[in-house]
Amino acid sequence: MAEYTLKLRRYNPESGEAPFWEEFQIELEPHRSVLEGILKVKAEIDGSVGIRCSCRAAICGSCGVRINGRAGLACHTHLGHAADSGVHADGRTITVEPMGNMPILKDLIVDMDAVHWKKIQRVTPWLINKEPVPEREYIVPHENMVDVTQTMACIQCGACVSDCLSMEVDPLFVGPAASARAYRFVGDPRDAEQYERVKDLAEDRHGIYDCTHCFNCIEACPKGVAPMSQIMRLRRVAGADHGIVDRNNGHRHEQAFVTLVKEGGLLHEAELLPRSYGGDSWFGKFHPAAGQELLSSLPVITTALLRGKVTPKGVLAPHKLPKDALAAVQAITEKVERRRPRNELNLYITGYDDSPGAGDGDVHPLAADGDAMTSAPGPNPHRPTSASESESA
Amino acid sequence: MPAHDVLIIGAGLAGQRAALAAADAGASVAILSKVHPVRSHSVAAAGGINAALNPGDSWESHAYDTVKGSDYLGDQDAIEIMCREAPDEILHLEHIGVTFHRSDTGHLGTRAFGGASAARTYYVADITGQAILHVLYEQLMKHHETVDRYEEWFTTTLLQDDDGHCIGAVARNIRDGRLEVFDAKSVILASGGAGQVFKPTTNALICTGDGIAQAYRIGAPLMDMEMIQYHPTTLAENGFLITEGARGEGAHLYNALGERFMEKYAPNKLELASRDVVSRAEQTEINEGRGFPDGTIALDITRVPRKRTLEALREIVNIGRDFAGVDITREPIHIRPGMHYIMGGVRTDVDGQTPIPGLYAAGEVACVSVHGGNRLGANSLLDTLIFGRRSGEHAAHRARGVAMPKTSSRRLADVAAEIDEIIRRENTGGRRISEIKDELGETMNRYVAVYRDAEGLARAHEIVRRLKAEAPTAAIDDKGTVFNQDVLGAIELGYMLDVAEAIVVAAQERKESRGAQFRTDFPERNDAEWLHHITISRNGDGVPEKGTAPVRFTQWEPQERTY
Repeated sequence: MAEYTLKLRRYNPESGEAPFWEEFQIELEPHRSVLEGILKVKAEIDGSVGIRCSCRAAICGSCGVRINGRAGLACHTHLGHAADSGVHADGRTITVEPMGNMPILKDLIVDMDAVHWKKIQRVTPWLINKEPVPEREYIVPHENMVDVTQTMACIQCGACVSDCLSMEVDPLFVGPAASARAYRFVGDPRDAEQYERVKDLAEDRHGIYDCTHCFNCIEACPKGVAPMSQIMRLRRVAGADHGIVDRNNGHRHEQAFVTLVKEGGLLHEAELLPRSYGGDSWFGKFHPAAGQELLSSLPVITTALLRGKVTPKGVLAPHKLPKDALAAVQAITEKVERRRPRNELNLYITGYDDSPGAGDGDVHPLAADGDAMTSAPGPNPHRPTSASESESA
Repeated sequence: MPAHDVLIIGAGLAGQRAALAAADAGASVAILSKVHPVRSHSVAAAGGINAALNPGDSWESHAYDTVKGSDYLGDQDAIEIMCREAPDEILHLEHIGVTFHRSDTGHLGTRAFGGASAARTYYVADITGQAILHVLYEQLMKHHETVDRYEEWFTTTLLQDDDGHCIGAVARNIRDGRLEVFDAKSVILASGGAGQVFKPTTNALICTGDGIAQAYRIGAPLMDMEMIQYHPTTLAENGFLITEGARGEGAHLYNALGERFMEKYAPNKLELASRDVVSRAEQTEINEGRGFPDGTIALDITRVPRKRTLEALREIVNIGRDFAGVDITREPIHIRPGMHYIMGGVRTDVDGQTPIPGLYAAGEVACVSVHGGNRLGANSLLDTLIFGRRSGEHAAHRARGVAMPKTSSRRLADVAAEIDEIIRRENTGGRRISEIKDELGETMNRYVAVYRDAEGLARAHEIVRRLKAEAPTAAIDDKGTVFNQDVLGAIELGYMLDVAEAIVVAAQERKESRGAQFRTDFPERNDAEWLHHITISRNGDGVPEKGTAPVRFTQWEPQERTY
C-alpha cells in the first residue's frame, strides 16, 4: 500500500463557480490504476466526483482524462508511475483534469459529441461498398485486413484529440482520430471510394495537410493506433498513389523537403517555401503562384530575418555537407525509395518476427516497441517516439 | 415527447442490430443507452463469432455442439434458428464493413474455440466485439435519419398500459437530469448482463442487470438465472478476461506441479472443452492444493508462435503487460475462473417476445434459451446479432397494427418524485452504496460460484435480503442534475439486488448439477427430475416466485456429456 494525493480538477456547471482543484488522499498499491484511485474517492469520500468509466481494462475508451497534463486513459495509468512523473514527481501527487480541445461538462467529463464525434462524422465513417457486392465474402488479402485492424483498434477515447496541437490552433482541423478512421476505409480494399476519400481530405484546408507532425497523438494513444502515422499514410495514398496535388500545397511541400534533402543532404529553408508553392525545382520560385504566396508570407519572412532564423547569406549559400556524408544521405534515400512494398509502419504487420534481427534488416524500429502503453507505462514502459521520428517528412 | 414505433434500450450489439433491422423494416426507431453506444460491454468480446460457413461444416454440427455445451438445457428450436441463420449474419457483417481476418486464400479465416467440433469462429484479431460494435455504429451514423439516438440516457422505468402492454419507458438524460417519457408501440430491452452482481467479474461497471430487473419488476418472468458462467481464464487480481482465443490458438493450462491437468478431465478436447468443464477442472486443482499459492493456474501462451500472438492476440498481450506485468509471449500468465456471463435473463421466444405484450428482449439480458446451462465461447456475439435482428424485425412488423400509445404526464411526475427522494437522502450513518455493492459482489462470488451447496446458498440469500433492506437508506453525496452518477448508482444497486436474489433463489431450487450449476450436495445431473428450465417471477417484496418451463427438443436426446 502507498499513499497518494489525487489532485482533481473539479467543475460543477450548476454552481456558477469557476473550476477549482480539490485534493483527495487515498491508499492503494502502486500498480493500481488512477481510475481505481478515483473510484475509491467516489466510493469512500465524495460520490459527486464525475468521470466516465466502464470496462476498467482500456477497451471501452470511456475514461480519457489528462494525467499530469498529458492525455490518456485513467484505467491504463498506474498510480505509482503517475506519482513519479509529471510536474510534482514527488512519488505522491497526481493531477487529473479533463481532456483538452473539448468543452467540459462536469469535473472530468468532456463533451465528446461537440468535437470528437463531429469530426468522425466528417470523414464519411462507413464502408462504401465496391460493386457488385459478392454473394459471399469479398476475397481480399489477409494482410490488408490485418493492416486496417490497427485503425479498427481505435477505441474513440479522444486522447489524441485532447492533445492535438494543430487542433488547438485550428479547431476545424479534422484531427488525429478522424484521420485514423478515414484510413480504416482508405486501406480497406472493399471500399469503392479510396480516391474520393483522400482527395477530399487533401483538398480540405483543415484536412490531412494541417497536421504538423508533433507526435502528441502517437504519445497519447493508449492503443497503438498511431494516428499521425495514419495521416502520413493518407498523404502517401493521396500524393504517391493518386498523384493528387492539393490546393493547400501540402503534397508539394512534402516533396520539396524530400528533394532538397536528397539533393543537398540538408534542408535549405529558403528554397522550401518557393518550391512548395511554385513547384518542386529550382525554377519553382518563378512560378506566379509562388510569388503570390511569398508576398503574403512576407510578414513571416521579415520576422524570420529580424530574428536571425534566416540570414541573407544562408538564403544564397546553403549549408553544405561533406561529400561522403552527402553520399550516405543519398544512399539512405535510395534505399527507402527502392523498397517495395513501401514500409507502411503498421504495428500489426511490420517487423515482428520470432528472432530479432531476422529478415532483410528493414525492420522498422517502431516494431520493437509496439503499441506500448505510452500514457501510462506499466512494468515495461516503452516510448515509441524515438522510433517514430523517421515518419517526419 | 418522443414517440417511436420501436424503442430500443441498450446500444450494444443486440440493440444496434435491432435498431438497424427495425429501421430497415420501415419502423421509426429510437435507440437509447446509458453510455455512448461504443462504450457498451459488447466491445469487450474478444475471441470471435461462431458460424458454420466453411464448406466442410454444417449448421447441424454447430447446433449439436451448442446443445451439448448447454448440457441439454438449451431450447433446441431456438438453437437451430441461431445456427442456421449464423452464416448469413456473418456475411452481412462482412458486407457492411467488419474487417474479419482472412485465410491465406483471402477467404474469411477461422480459429478453434471451446466445445466446438470444427474451427468455426470468425474473428478480428482479438477485438472481434469491438470491431463489430464500431462497424454497427458506423451504420447507425449512416442511417441517422431513420434511427434516433439517445446517448447517455438512463432508463428508470418501463411503462405499461392498463392491459399490461409495454408502451414505452421513462428515462433520465444523464447530461442535464431531465426526465422524459418515451412512447413506443414496442420496447426492445437490449441492455446486457449483470456481471457487477459479482466481484470480481470480467464485466464492465455498467453491467448492472438494469434490463433484467426492469422487466422483472413489471412482471416478466426470468429464466435459467442460476446459470452463471465462470470463464476459465481471468486475471486473479482484477478479474480481467484473457480470451478463450488464446487456447483456441494453442495455449495450454498447467497446475503448479507442471501437469497439463485437462488430460484428466477432458481427454479429447483438453483445454478446448466447454467453459464450465474447464473452470470446474481448474477450481478442483486449486481446491485440492495443486494450484499456485495465489490460488491460480498457469496459462501458457508461449507455445503459440510469437508473430501469431502479436497479430491475433494483441489485446491480451497488452492486458498481460499493463495489468499483470507479464509478457505472455515469453512466460505463462496466472489465471483462475472468474464470473463472466449470465446464461439466464428475461424469458423470450425465438422472436424476442417476452410474455409481456410489446416487450422484447435480446442479447445477454434475454434468455431464449440458446445457451441453457452453459454458453459456448463465441456464441454470445451470435446470440446478440441473430436475436437482436429478429426482435427488431418482429417489433417493426408488430408496430404496423398498433396505434401509438400515450402515457400521462402524471406517470412522469411519479418517477421524478421517486428520483428526487433518492437524491434528497442525507447521510444518516447508514452504509455507503459502494459498501453494499462490494458486500453483494463478494458474497455472490463466494457462495454462488463454480461450486455451490445448500448451506452457502442459504447464507447468500440471507445476506442479499439484508442488503436489500439496507440499500434504500444509503446516502447520496451528489445533489446536482448534471451527470449525477451517484443517484444512478443507487438505482443500479437496486437492479443488482433484484437480479442477485433471482440468481440465488434459482440456484437453491435446482437440486442437481448441470452446466454451470454444480451443487456439491447434488453432484449428478438428474434428467428425470430437473431437465426443465426454472423461472423466477416477482412476488411483491417477498421472496421471488419459482416456476418451471419445459425444454424444447427437436432432434437431440440428452446424452452423457464428455469432452
